Amino acid sequence: MFNTAIIVKSLPMLLEASVWTVVYSLTSVAIGFCIGTLMCAAGLSQSRPMRALAAFYVSFFRGVPLLVQLLISYYCLPLIGVNVPSSVAAVGTLALCTGAYIAEILRGGFLGIPAGLIEAARMVGLNRVQILTRIEVPMAVRFTLPSLVNETTMMVKASSLISVVGVLELTRLAQNIATSTFQPLEIYLTAGAIYFLINGAITLAGDFAESRFRVEKAR
Amino acid sequence: MSFNPAILTDNWREILDGMLLTILIWVVGTALGLVIGLVVAIVQLFTNRWFAAPLTFYVALMRGTPFLIQLFVIYYGGPFFGLDLTPLVAGVAGLALYGGAYFSEIFRAGFLSVPVGQIEAARMMGISRLAIVRHVQLPQMLVIILPALANMTVLLSKETAVLSVITVNELTSVIQSIGSTTFAFAETLLFLALVYWAFLEIVTAAARRLEKRVGRFMLRTQG
Repeated sequence: MFNTAIIVKSLPMLLEASVWTVVYSLTSVAIGFCIGTLMCAAGLSQSRPMRALAAFYVSFFRGVPLLVQLLISYYCLPLIGVNVPSSVAAVGTLALCTGAYIAEILRGGFLGIPAGLIEAARMVGLNRVQILTRIEVPMAVRFTLPSLVNETTMMVKASSLISVVGVLELTRLAQNIATSTFQPLEIYLTAGAIYFLINGAITLAGDFAESRFRVEKAR
Repeated sequence: MSFNPAILTDNWREILDGMLLTILIWVVGTALGLVIGLVVAIVQLFTNRWFAAPLTFYVALMRGTPFLIQLFVIYYGGPFFGLDLTPLVAGVAGLALYGGAYFSEIFRAGFLSVPVGQIEAARMMGISRLAIVRHVQLPQMLVIILPALANMTVLLSKETAVLSVITVNELTSVIQSIGSTTFAFAETLLFLALVYWAFLEIVTAAARRLEKRVGRFMLRTQG
């Protein structure tokens, strides 16, 4: 028998845990965005070592499964004397991982910015950092908004993996409830539905932002 | 911190078995996923909405929820429906269903990329709908969607690591158990990362080569 009572009973707890899922995934996307921007700038720079660093970073974090990255940060950070709470290590790893994808996404956006605009900004006396933060990043974000929103939903899903290294969030709590109540199907379907709704909300917010910040393609 | 690579050479048999299982899961899961994706796309595009609507829901569901949760539903929730699957079968089925949803979107875009005029012309000549799919649409669209298919196939190889959570004895799981019995986490996990990284680089390079080859064919037929 499909046990709906257990769903009703555990729903408040699952919703509470889903707040952590949202916090962890959005935090890592925010940090990952900063890392991604820097790495993207490094990848497009004139300096060969910077480009090599960016290429290495993107290749590694996209080439190794996130689960393996999480296991490394969980088991190996203490070995080199870094003792941070597992949630911090996990969010840091998520951020590094998504940063690599965001760097690749932004790359297309940066390349779409007309060179004349950058030259004009330089002419009016903006320095390199000002050009990056006030001209390039806002434009690149507008160009690549759909991909960035998609990456955010990917991270909400990917954050379920941090349950494996013992961080309490939606998946971890669902596991705990499922094993103590012996009703795995009901609990995991509920957890899945919550993830589905979170991602639906993010997609809607993304659509809204897109219509709000629509830009004409630069000529 | 001491670094002892002998831990890896001592357990080479298990590690090799793990690698082979990972590749097997990836190949079978991807192959099944491609079949699911193609069937879903065809049903969505060529039948009425009573068949298409549930499949659209399936695709949205698979794309909107974590792969790990999907595995849990299949593996731990399976017995509810009388499906007592082994971890391996549940894992491969999960990978196929997950990949199938993404593949179906790619195939759908592919079908829509073939100009309507060609299909109309073929229909005028009395060619059956299925024959049009096989002889007119598929050959052209496969070339166009090859990069997207290759991309997703590469992504799926990374997802196989998640199967370790439902105790499938693939590479990640093997390495983890070696690590936790010997406490040699640095050696084992860094090796694990290197193996996946090298594997991904090789597969990605192979995919690029294939795309180039097919692209060359495209240029030739156009010119």
